[in-house]
Amino acid sequence: MTDETPLWEVFIRPRNGLAHRHCGSLHAADEVMALQAARDVYTRRGEGQSVWVVRSADITASDPAEKGEMFEPAETKVYRHPSFYDIPEDVGHM
Amino acid sequence: MNHREALLTGLLRVADDHLILGHRVSEWCGHAPMLEEDLALPNIALDLLGQARALYTYAGEVEGQGRTEDDLAYLRREREYRNLLLVERPNGDFAHTMLKQLYFSSFMQLWWTAACGSADATIAGISAKAVKESAYHVRHSAEWVIRLGDGTQESAARMAQAVEDLAPYVDEMFAPDDVGSTLAPQMLPDNPALRASWDAQIATVFSEATIEPHVPRASISGGRDGRHGEEMGFLLTELQYMQRSYPGAQW
Repeated sequence: MTDETPLWEVFIRPRNGLAHRHCGSLHAADEVMALQAARDVYTRRGEGQSVWVVRSADITASDPAEKGEMFEPAETKVYRHPSFYDIPEDVGHM
Repeated sequence: MNHREALLTGLLRVADDHLILGHRVSEWCGHAPMLEEDLALPNIALDLLGQARALYTYAGEVEGQGRTEDDLAYLRREREYRNLLLVERPNGDFAHTMLKQLYFSSFMQLWWTAACGSADATIAGISAKAVKESAYHVRHSAEWVIRLGDGTQESAARMAQAVEDLAPYVDEMFAPDDVGSTLAPQMLPDNPALRASWDAQIATVFSEATIEPHVPRASISGGRDGRHGEEMGFLLTELQYMQRSYPGAQW
């Protein structure tokens, strides 16, 4: 079954102005059927304005074993957070 | 037959098509070949039932006897149902199910499109919503027919069998409607006029699916007059079970 219907990842954009977000995966024979299945599986309650599907096999993922070198160096760089200046009162809520 | 009776009959025919096919499609729930299709098919069934509800509700108003959508859907006898024989056919395999859906939805897409211009505002309103739903049903079923027809040896053989088995039920969709002459012009679409477009649409799908067109066969009809196949009784037994066993039950 999975040879004929490979895995696809589904991304949905809920509203104009927002980005597509990953919402799940499904099996389908090709991109046309994947898009229809995505519509039927993931937009049943009006969740979407736009749908993307991509073959799971086409996604290059980071290796969990390399988590240390990938992400830890950023943990000690607090100065990258925009929290070291005063926000003028006139700006209001940010 | 006066104008009101003709309109009632015309509405019930289309409503019954949707109720009965909706029930047939719902039989796949929990049995579809894959999870994705197990959601897609009930989606289609729910669209069909929604269209049936709108039509029954309006039919009840036209009749003016106080009958509700539930009375019309659940409390009539077999001979009072006016659906096409095509839609009551048992599901069979997935090829039969999808071909039947393609035949009916392609017909209805043309019908709803024409009915959007109905002189009756309620019919035009129901049609405007339904035409989008049926467009998706055509798209979904056509993609399956193409993939099964142009798929494996097994799927192609099953699709060819479905084409042969359902061939006798095609003509009934386009039979001249005996209520048409009684109705005011532009109330309900003229079914025979939809045939050429339907033939062209199906030919396009069949060509992509590498399916041979069916050999013309003697057509079977009678559904529009309440004469059904033996499977219809079994279908209604299940469909009407709750209201027959617990009359007036609500939840």
